[in-house]
Amino acid sequence: MTDRRVTLLFAGITGLTIVVLVFIIGYIMVNGLPGLTLSFLLESPREMGRTGGIFPAIVGTVLLTGIALFIAAPVGILTAVYLTEYTRDTWLPKVVRFGTESLAGIPSIIFGLFGFLFFVIYLDLGWSVLSGALTLSAMILPTIVRTSEEAIRAVPDAYREVSLALGSTRWQTVTSVVLPSAKPGIMTGVMLAIGRAIGETAAVIFTAGSSLRLPRTLLDSTRTLPVHFYILAREGISLENAYSTAFVLILLILAINIAAHTIMNRLTGKER
Amino acid sequence: MRNKETLVQWILAIVALSAIAVLALIIIFIFKEGSPIIARLGLTKFITGTKWSPTKGMFGIFPMILGSIQVTLGALLIGVPIGLATAIFLAEMAPPRTSRILKSAIQLLAGIPSVVFGFIGLVILVPFIRQWLGGPGFSVLAAAIVLGIMILPTIVSVCYDVLKAVPPAYREGMLALGATRWQAIKMVVLPAARPGIIASVILGMGRAIGETMAVIMVAGNATKIPVSPLEPVRTLTSNVALEMGYAIGEHREALFATGIVLFIIIALLNTLARIVARPEKV
Repeated sequence: MTDRRVTLLFAGITGLTIVVLVFIIGYIMVNGLPGLTLSFLLESPREMGRTGGIFPAIVGTVLLTGIALFIAAPVGILTAVYLTEYTRDTWLPKVVRFGTESLAGIPSIIFGLFGFLFFVIYLDLGWSVLSGALTLSAMILPTIVRTSEEAIRAVPDAYREVSLALGSTRWQTVTSVVLPSAKPGIMTGVMLAIGRAIGETAAVIFTAGSSLRLPRTLLDSTRTLPVHFYILAREGISLENAYSTAFVLILLILAINIAAHTIMNRLTGKER
Repeated sequence: MRNKETLVQWILAIVALSAIAVLALIIIFIFKEGSPIIARLGLTKFITGTKWSPTKGMFGIFPMILGSIQVTLGALLIGVPIGLATAIFLAEMAPPRTSRILKSAIQLLAGIPSVVFGFIGLVILVPFIRQWLGGPGFSVLAAAIVLGIMILPTIVSVCYDVLKAVPPAYREGMLALGATRWQAIKMVVLPAARPGIIASVILGMGRAIGETMAVIMVAGNATKIPVSPLEPVRTLTSNVALEMGYAIGEHREALFATGIVLFIIIALLNTLARIVARPEKV
């Protein structure tokens, strides 16, 4: 094949990938837009979600994601600090790295099974906001560790050396020099993790349950947007409301992902 | 001051161990819950049994193992060529600006929740297959296509990074010898990038085999062994997710045992990916 033909063919295939992406997003938007009103966002569902809105599912999603992040972000970032700033080649960082890499490969349904056994039953938290959030935090931990680690590694050594030369301790260097410089990169990772947590279904449905009521305490069951969407679509309760729920879900995730990628592109742009 | 530093180091080490602690908890709890039934039935009977009928106490997951393999191979057949071609275009052919924008766009695909992929498959792909190819529409084929699209971002981004890591001197040498760009890519760049490309395929495989919600919605979930790509199929993941909601006793144990099998498959794939990808990193 000639160069030109190959380039055209590969450009065409790339185009196909993009078309699929645009189609999926476009299809959900076109079908979801008509049902999307303010009352849809702010009302509680009626008749299992056949009519009414999705307010409790929005609250559930925000609660679960927020709490998961509140746990996973500090743990993940500190793990990354440990891996980059505090270790040489000993067995401990190897074990830690093995743990995060393995965790990253585990499918969400396994997290769901584990969350059900450990949080719901063993710790007796029941189907609850807390069980769901804890399960999600375990799931998003590797993403935060990996991206934070990359961001921290990208901070030039000269920064650290200057800080140490001025008499700072290692920890002072981390908190006042390394972490501030790595902040945009860490933020990107955190946002990608949020995107993953918001869209998760399998890990959440067996840990947070699927209650349609607004959760009053952290021990109440709740359902998230993807779970609500899944139940509406699969049980054929209301296709119209399913589309609108998916619209809200996709909009949330797209906004977060676009923000994350903008930060990331600005970063890599700066490097060049 | 010295003491404080040591304290910080210890605290960080303990926090860092939480990932491995979670991993250990996952393994302990799932194995503890799922292994008794495997021990009772016998491992071979559990994984080679072809009948899954929880009400009759029959727990054979062979159809699901086969289903997961079929669906995953199908997804690779679709996702790998498209993903690799896209990565080659983005890394080697497209202008940098276009490449960066398109790459970000493809990463957005990775952000779309799996239930949405499944839903699109359900409302578009399944009726399409039913009408034009026959069968119920809910099928191995539908699941393979949906998964093939879902693994694209993984394949594209890993292959892209791997291709970019091939030293420019390799291409320049070929071009200086009079090769065309495609010849340089085909004969030098791709062979040099092979370990990384294989690793991306294994990672994609791991994602496809572990995917649950999208597959449930399009695969039909029958516990029979499918003889054609147009027949319904149930995967290991769907088996767990479909019945977990109401299973009790032995039935629930069997679902956790299904989880164990899935866990082991994924662990093997990840180990394989790590081994394959290693020489390329050095």
